[in-house]
Formats: sequence, C-alpha cells, structure tokens
Amino acid sequence: MVELTLPANSRIREGKTFPAPAGAKKVKRFRIYRYDPDSGENPRLDTFEVDLDACGPMVLDALIKIKNEMDATLTFRRSCREGVCGSCAFNIDGINTLACTKAIDEIKGDVKVYPLPHMPVVKDLVPDLSIPYAQLRAIEPWLKADTPAPARERLQSPEERAKLDGLWECILCFCCQTSCPSYWWNGDRYLGPAVLLQAYRWIADSRDEATGERLDQLNDPYRLFRCHTIMNCTMTCPKHLNPGKAIAEIKGLLAQRL
Amino acid sequence: MASSQRPLSPHLQIYRPQITSVLSILHRVTGVALTAGTLLLTWWLVAAASGPGPFATVQGFLGSWFGHLLLWAFTFSLFYHLSNGIRHLLWDFGWGFELEQVRLSGIAMVAAAAGLTVITLIAAYVAAGG
Repeated sequence: MVELTLPANSRIREGKTFPAPAGAKKVKRFRIYRYDPDSGENPRLDTFEVDLDACGPMVLDALIKIKNEMDATLTFRRSCREGVCGSCAFNIDGINTLACTKAIDEIKGDVKVYPLPHMPVVKDLVPDLSIPYAQLRAIEPWLKADTPAPARERLQSPEERAKLDGLWECILCFCCQTSCPSYWWNGDRYLGPAVLLQAYRWIADSRDEATGERLDQLNDPYRLFRCHTIMNCTMTCPKHLNPGKAIAEIKGLLAQRL
Repeated sequence: MASSQRPLSPHLQIYRPQITSVLSILHRVTGVALTAGTLLLTWWLVAAASGPGPFATVQGFLGSWFGHLLLWAFTFSLFYHLSNGIRHLLWDFGWGFELEQVRLSGIAMVAAAAGLTVITLIAAYVAAGG
C-alpha cells in the first residue's frame, strides 16, 4: 500500500549536536539517523561536525571517525571498505549507495545519512533485511540441473558466459531494492530489483536447466509485474549494473512464451 | 515485518527525486487526469444531446479562464501519456535501457508532449477564430 507519511513511532526528531574540535578549519556537518531500540524513543537526527582535515576521503571514513572519536554508540554495518561486500549501503545525500565508495567532497552542504529506505530499523543505520533475504531464497539462486554431472565442470562457450556479465557482479547491497517505490508499497509481494536481477542471472545461465520452472514462478502480477520501469534501481546501483534491464529481459521471455 | 515495534526508515520523505521517478509518477498522474478529462468530455456530449440550455451552461464553463486551464491540462496529459506510452512500448521490446538512453528518451518525451500540446492549442485557438 502507498503510505506517504511515516508511522507515529517512526517520525524523526531533532537529536544532539556534537561540535567539531576547537581549531578545526574544514568542518563538514554530518546529519545521521539514530534509533536506539533500548530507549523506546522515536528515531532522531544527530549532527556531527567532522574536521575533514583529519578524516579520510569517503563517507565511510567519516562514519568510522565519528564512531571512534565522537560517539562510540553509532551503529552501522561495514566490512571491506572497497565496494565488494555490500555491507555499508545507506541512503546518503538522498540516494542509496555504498559509504565506502562515496566521496565526501561529491556532496554539497550537509551529508545526510539514513538507513536504506522503507525498511524496519534494528538500530541506527542497520535495517532488518530478513524479507529481501527470504525473497532471494525463494528464487533458488543456485544452479539447477537434472542431467548427470560431467566428469569435470559443466562447460560454457565464451558467448554463453558473456551473457552473465552485468549480472554476476551484484553484491546484494540492496541499494536498488530499497530505492524502488514499487518495492516500498508492495515489498511483501513484489520481489524487487535486486532479487529479480538474481533470478535473471540463473535464467540467463546456459548451464541451468530449470529456466521453465523459474519463469513459471515469476509469472505473477506481483512477484515480477509490479515493476513499472521506474528505473530508480539502475540510477542508484553502486556497481553500475542494470536491474531494470534484467527485469525487462524476464518480461520479454515471458511474452515470447505465450 | 519481522517486528512491528521497529520504526520504518524514511523513504519518500528523504529520497532525492530522480528524473526517472519523477517522469514515472507523472505518467500515473496524467493517466488519472485523462480519466477526469474523459468525464468532462462526457459531460459536454451529454449536454450537447440535452439541448441548447444545458449546452450553453457547459460552453460557458469551458469558455471561462478556469475551463481553458482544464482543457490545456487535459491536452498536455493526453500527449504526455501518449509519448511516454510509446517510450514504455520501446522498453517492452527491450530497447533503451542504458541510463543515458533513459535520460535522453525522457527529455525527448517531455519535449514532444509540450510541443504537441502547444501546436494543438494554437490550432484550436485559430480554428475558434481566436
């Protein structure tokens, strides 16, 4: 369902301000979403004034600096710090992206950091991703084949392998999934761009023998066809993949089957 | 949801409008406007069939500045929905999904809708002897 406003327990209040150290010359304000499940209070927006002369170039550097030096309770996921793990996905400056690959100097004005949109928040910048993970399981993202396994690996021609380019690189950060208005309103039944890109990754795989079953499972007014080609997914993908196009390929295969 | 106690993270309130999402929601808005415009057209036809009195009432309303505004909006909605419908048709053939193509086809679509609207309005006012 479309809901234009946030539920009462989710409305954001003004939070605390943590001033920059005296003498800091290059100060940037970070406005960060905070939610403490233990307090029972509504989420708030805290302001951290960060001295950029003593900070790394990326938004993730600033978040780590804030956690180390200003407020150790700030909670967020991060791991690889080079855009391959998909942990530090947030809404930064209005668009979903990875904090580790987003440069602070690309952002004009205050740096606003929120959790991925329209998700239940566990704490601060950590969303509960149980539903997208369950949706990923539902498309059975593994190779399915009935033919007996050959003595060595199942072979692919270079052309067949090339069809997987732009699909296998997905790191499941769910930036696209949570940028999609259709997923916001129908996320309980619509699989969403990240999961559908994965579904197409197996449909497009020449070694997979379950293409028909996979298409059957997707041929549903909600699971697949809630995609209205809004294309926020492709706009936001930090790996420059094209979930919108992958979804269109699935729709095309279903249309050809009729 | 796993826990209804958990707050929902902000979405529409904080997501920066994208050319993609703005043109998409306008497609929906113009679709609704076309339905409303069809009611207006029906009202006009029913009035024309009912006799000179009712027809004069509708003509009076549509001839007012507000009526003109509605007709301009109706015209633009028609051409916007038509142009973007063609864009959707091309997407349905799997064409034009690269981001640069999406951006350019969006701009071209808005330009076509605006151009067709202006041409139609000029033609209408000239035909009306305006």
